[in-house]
Amino acid sequence: MMQNLIREIEQLLGPSAVLHRAEDLLLYDYDGSPEKGRPDAVVFPSTTEEVSRIVKLAAQYNVPIVGRGAGTGLSGGALARSGGLMIAFTRMNRILDVDIQNQRAVVQPGVVNLDLTRAVEHAGLYFAPDPSSQKSCTIGGNVAENAGGPHTLAYGVTTNHVTALKLVLPDGEIVSVGSTLGDASIYDLCGLLVGSEGTLALITEVTVKLSRKPEAVKTLLAIFETIDDASETVSDITARGITPAACEMLDGLTLRTVEDYIHAGFPLDSGAVLLLEVEGLTEAVTSQAASIDDVCRAHHAREVRIARDDKERDLLWKGRKNSFGALGRIAAGIYVLDGVIPRSKLPQTLRRIQEIGDHYGFRIGNIFHAGDGNLHPIVLYDPRDAEQFERALKASADIIRYCVEIGGSLSGEHGIGTEKSELMSLLFSDADFALMRRVHDSFNPQCSLNPGKVFPLSKGCGETRIRQHAAARSGPGA
Amino acid sequence: MTATTSSIAARLESLIGAPHNFPDSFDPESYAIDGAVPSAVAKPTSAAEAAEIIRFAAKEKLTVIPTGAHTKLSIGARPSRYDIALDMCALHQIAHYDPADLTVSVDAGMTIPALNATLLEHGQFLPLLVPYYSQSTVGGTVASGIDSPLRNAYGTARDFLLGAEFIDGTGALVKSGGRVVKNVSGYDLHKLLIGSLGTLAIITRLNFRTFPVPITPRGFLACFRTHEAALHARRKIAESPLTPLTLDVINPGAAKIFAERTPSAPEPGIFSGVSRTTTVSALPLPGEWFHPNDWQLCAGFAGVPEVLDRYAHDLTDIAEHCGAASISILDDGTRPSVWGRLREALALFRESSPAPAIFQLSVLPAHQAQAITILESVANAANLPLAIVARASGTLTIALLPEGAPEHSAEAVSLLTQEIVSLSRSHDGRASLLFAPPAIKPRLQSTLNSHPRSDLTLMCRLKSAFDPQNVFAPDRLFPNPL
Repeated sequence: MMQNLIREIEQLLGPSAVLHRAEDLLLYDYDGSPEKGRPDAVVFPSTTEEVSRIVKLAAQYNVPIVGRGAGTGLSGGALARSGGLMIAFTRMNRILDVDIQNQRAVVQPGVVNLDLTRAVEHAGLYFAPDPSSQKSCTIGGNVAENAGGPHTLAYGVTTNHVTALKLVLPDGEIVSVGSTLGDASIYDLCGLLVGSEGTLALITEVTVKLSRKPEAVKTLLAIFETIDDASETVSDITARGITPAACEMLDGLTLRTVEDYIHAGFPLDSGAVLLLEVEGLTEAVTSQAASIDDVCRAHHAREVRIARDDKERDLLWKGRKNSFGALGRIAAGIYVLDGVIPRSKLPQTLRRIQEIGDHYGFRIGNIFHAGDGNLHPIVLYDPRDAEQFERALKASADIIRYCVEIGGSLSGEHGIGTEKSELMSLLFSDADFALMRRVHDSFNPQCSLNPGKVFPLSKGCGETRIRQHAAARSGPGA
Repeated sequence: MTATTSSIAARLESLIGAPHNFPDSFDPESYAIDGAVPSAVAKPTSAAEAAEIIRFAAKEKLTVIPTGAHTKLSIGARPSRYDIALDMCALHQIAHYDPADLTVSVDAGMTIPALNATLLEHGQFLPLLVPYYSQSTVGGTVASGIDSPLRNAYGTARDFLLGAEFIDGTGALVKSGGRVVKNVSGYDLHKLLIGSLGTLAIITRLNFRTFPVPITPRGFLACFRTHEAALHARRKIAESPLTPLTLDVINPGAAKIFAERTPSAPEPGIFSGVSRTTTVSALPLPGEWFHPNDWQLCAGFAGVPEVLDRYAHDLTDIAEHCGAASISILDDGTRPSVWGRLREALALFRESSPAPAIFQLSVLPAHQAQAITILESVANAANLPLAIVARASGTLTIALLPEGAPEHSAEAVSLLTQEIVSLSRSHDGRASLLFAPPAIKPRLQSTLNSHPRSDLTLMCRLKSAFDPQNVFAPDRLFPNPL
């Protein structure tokens, strides 16, 4: 069956547009998450119409489809959990239109996040969502996962920057939703689709807002004795009505590891560093930076550094940007978690994470977007050890459970995917799932798009779909 | 009261008790939508009670329309059936507010000024300064999808609504999103409720991000002889490093109304730093600020003294370069008079004509000049007074304000409606009706709905997913072809 589908797709797009040999598929059986899931074939369309034709063929053969951008996702959204056909958007990487005056661009989903900014920066514009993977992740993936980044504190996440989408539905129908300006008429389908993790439709064109680069930026690095002092600084900055463009925190373990690696100048005995950025009019930035400096000192900052130029700014950011890599150096593997809490609950949450780490016998570093309460605890473990992997997953689940208990949520920017689908019940009731499922089915009634994601297997159609397909794959003709 | 009416009322009464079922001020007429009067009114005191009513309605195949302060019920079509008006105003508490988190969770029936009064005690606010502000409920405002002049700086509800609790058409109490500012957990169903006019679900609670109140706000007004000059200045400002709180251009028709009329709604007091006990019953006439022969650019800004100086300097500079005939910087004594009128433009336009037809056309800023040229010329030819507010963020409020009875201007209004639809089509825009006399509304609605679109089937399927039995406001938002 799969062979027939592959043959038909090859006839449609040419053999160079399809991969199906085991050695080729190896590269597509993982993403940034710890899990794996191999597709039976990967196809590389170039246009919306090609996507539509592929989807229609796959529907004829009852083969499930998973969309994939750069595969940098951290929750398993791009894994072919039940095999089937993977549609990789690698070749759909063109910027179709840029409207400088109206600050809009229309892009194909395979455009790399940073490439869009590079294409418009000559006009003083940029694409605001800036996930850490922005040099390689694609805008289609950003849309699917509603990606964030350090600068989303002031500017919002992907959903705030997407105004219209072109979709291919599971029956191959092509539909446009939203508008260039962004105002919905009838229902805000665009708002529903961003962050739906590829479970409702395949997105083949994205209209985004472009933001104007600020006139001035000031970056401050503050070093604290304790996490509590740093956390209180964040609350106090907020209380003074200042919304920094970025507000990032590194805990003691992380900053010491970073210091060993890149020599950012962090004192080894300090408890936390805060990296803060304010942007806007020169006059506003000057006064805000002065206020932040005051607040940091009032909360016993050992030292506050203010970058005088771009070079110094890059230096201050260097510690933050290399922190994942630095932690990677001291362990066989790292497991990057993503949770959100009400931002005032930072100190107690960090204490709890420490306890959970101790309980399971892991060192856990913390890097987080402190301004919006988005945590990234990083569990240091050995992924080759199956027992450790299981234990790491348990530690992760405990941390996420705590986030939910204190009024937070399962994921701030990485998505649910396969990683947290079973944890969804912490947040949602049967009635919530019932409605989400009906909404899911109004787009994707056969569960042919990205099955086994977002919903717990018992609440979605994932389980049946996975079983059905597994049966079909092992049956005659597979 | 008809037999059906009394029968529904009696059954509702047995469900949630008489006092809530017939509020003291019960007058079905006051719940009327374009002349459609509900058979019964229910005023639940809890989300559970509201859910009970929906289950009852679903079982009995009755239709329900949720209501708040009734200030925006004119948006959307006349309902084909209207059995129960579900008055949500008794759900009016703040469920959760932690100022340090800058998030608030509030019941749907709470009014925005009441909410802002509490937020203001902590130097925060919700930037939904919408028309009929003093009465508007958070639920009704979100369901209406209307935007505010502060959109330029804060976006629309879509940008700061974090989550919601609501009752779907099966009577189930459901939630989506959360109380944190970043969240990718399940589908963002709450975004679908914005502008849904009660057709998907009954909103019971909304979670918002709150914002620090801007310090020392100021206003800027510049007069231009042509809309091209005013819009050019607006574009130059948008392309400058300035990020004004509000940025609008109004036409001479709107300036005339602003100069002559006073909104009855009080100034929110949010930006004045005054306490919530201050209630100005009416905004004073703005004197010489509005010029009925000019196109005027209105900007709002705020900040420390150095920032205020910079705005005043740069705005003046840009306006002068674009040929402004006069320029004024508004201090805190005069600014509220101008901002209040911009906020209440819809209300002032409605009052100024016996048969107003008011549209919202959302198009990219660069397309507004052409739209305005066409609309002005068609309205002039038809001798139809026209008021326009053109936001830099893209929405045009277009008010056709005939001086006589609706039937005398029906043809001209219809002609302009067609122009609005064609402008919307040619610029990938969105056109909707905010108000129209019931006599001509169906015709205008059908012109607006004539736009073919590829997503209509999806919309209908989504409506069925939320409301399988079509309990909620059938036909209010779009004719249901299912």
